[in-house]
Amino acid sequence: MTLTEIRPDVVTGKTIAGRSPWQLAWARVRTDKVALVSGVIVVLLGLLAVAAPLVAAWTGHDPDEQFRDTGVTAEGLPVAPNGEFWFGTDRLGRDLFIRVLYGARVSLLVGVVATGVAALVGVVIGMLAGYYGGVIDTILSRLMDVVLSFPYLIFAIAVVSVAGPSLSATIGVISFYSWAAIARVVRGQTLSLKEREYIEAARSIGASDRRIMFVDILPNLLAPVIVLTTLLIPAAIVFESTLSFLGLGIVPPTPSWGNLLSEAQGFYRVAYWYLGFPAVTLLITTLAFNLLGDGIRDAIDPRMERLFSRRRRRRVKG
Amino acid sequence: MLRGFLIRRLLLGLLVLWLVTLGTFFLFFIAPSDPARTIAGRQATPDQVELIRHNLGLDRPVLVQYGDYLNRLVHGDLGQSYFSGESVGTLLAQDFPPTASLVIGGAVIWVAIGVGAGVLSATRARSLLDRVVTLLALAGVSMPTFVVGLLLLYFLFFQLTMAGVPLLPPDSFVSLTESPGEWARHLILPWITIATVQAASYVRLTRGSMLDVLGEDYIRTARAKGVPERRVVYRHGLRAALTPVVTQLGVDVGTLIGGVVVTESVFGLGGIGQAVVQAFNQGDLPVIMGVVVIATTAVITANLVVDLAYAVLDPRVRLT
Repeated sequence: MTLTEIRPDVVTGKTIAGRSPWQLAWARVRTDKVALVSGVIVVLLGLLAVAAPLVAAWTGHDPDEQFRDTGVTAEGLPVAPNGEFWFGTDRLGRDLFIRVLYGARVSLLVGVVATGVAALVGVVIGMLAGYYGGVIDTILSRLMDVVLSFPYLIFAIAVVSVAGPSLSATIGVISFYSWAAIARVVRGQTLSLKEREYIEAARSIGASDRRIMFVDILPNLLAPVIVLTTLLIPAAIVFESTLSFLGLGIVPPTPSWGNLLSEAQGFYRVAYWYLGFPAVTLLITTLAFNLLGDGIRDAIDPRMERLFSRRRRRRVKG
Repeated sequence: MLRGFLIRRLLLGLLVLWLVTLGTFFLFFIAPSDPARTIAGRQATPDQVELIRHNLGLDRPVLVQYGDYLNRLVHGDLGQSYFSGESVGTLLAQDFPPTASLVIGGAVIWVAIGVGAGVLSATRARSLLDRVVTLLALAGVSMPTFVVGLLLLYFLFFQLTMAGVPLLPPDSFVSLTESPGEWARHLILPWITIATVQAASYVRLTRGSMLDVLGEDYIRTARAKGVPERRVVYRHGLRAALTPVVTQLGVDVGTLIGGVVVTESVFGLGGIGQAVVQAFNQGDLPVIMGVVVIATTAVITANLVVDLAYAVLDPRVRLT
């Protein structure tokens, strides 16, 4: 090992600018093509979802409008993709492209809100369990085990039969199932963080438990929580579509990717587009989120084992 | 020592079972469903509804009903369906074979694929093969089960049959005792469906666990003393790396017995999952309770088997 490798600045005389961990993470993401492309796809999908009414106005097709003349064949079947209906039509002669766009609004909303709620609950419960330990930890940890091992569909069916299917019931069921995964990770992190010297220092100057948890520990939990959240959003989108497929989620005529696919089930033999377009859109979305989450994980914590990577370790050039 | 362990686990299992029946029973009475009204239909007079309610025993206090249910349960009687009047035991005995065939057959496939691909991926970490396997695994977790099922139906059943190759039959279930060949033929697509979705997480799990284990000192020692690489990977490495996989398998098989609703309904197999969805929609408490009891028993049994398997895989584990 030469001097150049250890301290390039000594030899070249160049000053090295200090960079925060977040700047380093961003520099790593920027060189990661897979993560960048996934990120662009996610942003585009978000924009399309937000702009769905604009697109609908531009094409002149309302999501619930039934085109009885042009949208249905003489036999009463859906029409294949053409210049007017880019994704074809559904069984009632509605524009499938517009319905998939509006479905994105519901599916992305459910994914983001449910995961957000889960992250909030998971962080608080995980931090309490890890910080206080003892009986509190035992009870909360057992609770996480139960939630993680319970047949979720049976629970979802039970909740929906009591509350009725709706957007909020869907979000509730999904958050209930996602918080435990976050809480478990947060608990582990908190367990090790609370033994650090700086926490001891905080306690010695009289900081309260609450202050230590929220001011000293919480910022150090952000990285793993952000990564987990990005990976839980696609899981929540898949979950929503499964619930809607079983008639336990979003109620038609409001389109969601789940109930679009559910309606398409009876038509897959005669109208491939009816099943195909929502399925492909869903797959692209969830795959993009998963690859993005994987990239962010790699950028935030390069020590963690990465799932999808070409190079062994990426170095950000100084 | 093993006997003490088994007795303790059995008692714990019974406690869990009791708590779950208690929870389900009271949740049912909070729900605004009224099976008597559903059975009576729209034209029924209040008197008729009341009579049905009395006949079903639903006019008694909830605690009395629960006590009665528990008493019959310990005598091995799961009660009668409110709707068909058939014994729940008989009903579920019909629904159990499709579900069990689906889950157990599927598990064999997804463990074979998941662990196999995981090991290949870990021993060739960061190669092209590793990246392809990982991308496929990510695609697997990115797809809802019913989409996988519908796509398989479209390509492997519909398109093949249209092309004049009726290789696979349409959906339905044929019992194993009736015709083993037909049984397997009818289950191939459901098995692939459930395996596609499940194998993904097993690949990730096996790969991670294998990479950890292969970095251990004893693996280096084994290599240093000249053990062939194949033996290092499979005898020394895989055996230790399987522990988390076995845990996951226990949880999955247990929960799936009560929750393969989606695959069952896409392929019209009948089964426990479909029975419970129907029972929930009708408010058929005895059937719901029967499924809950069976599903919970499956989870408890699976966890017990997992703990016993630990002792076999890892001699350091002591059952206490």
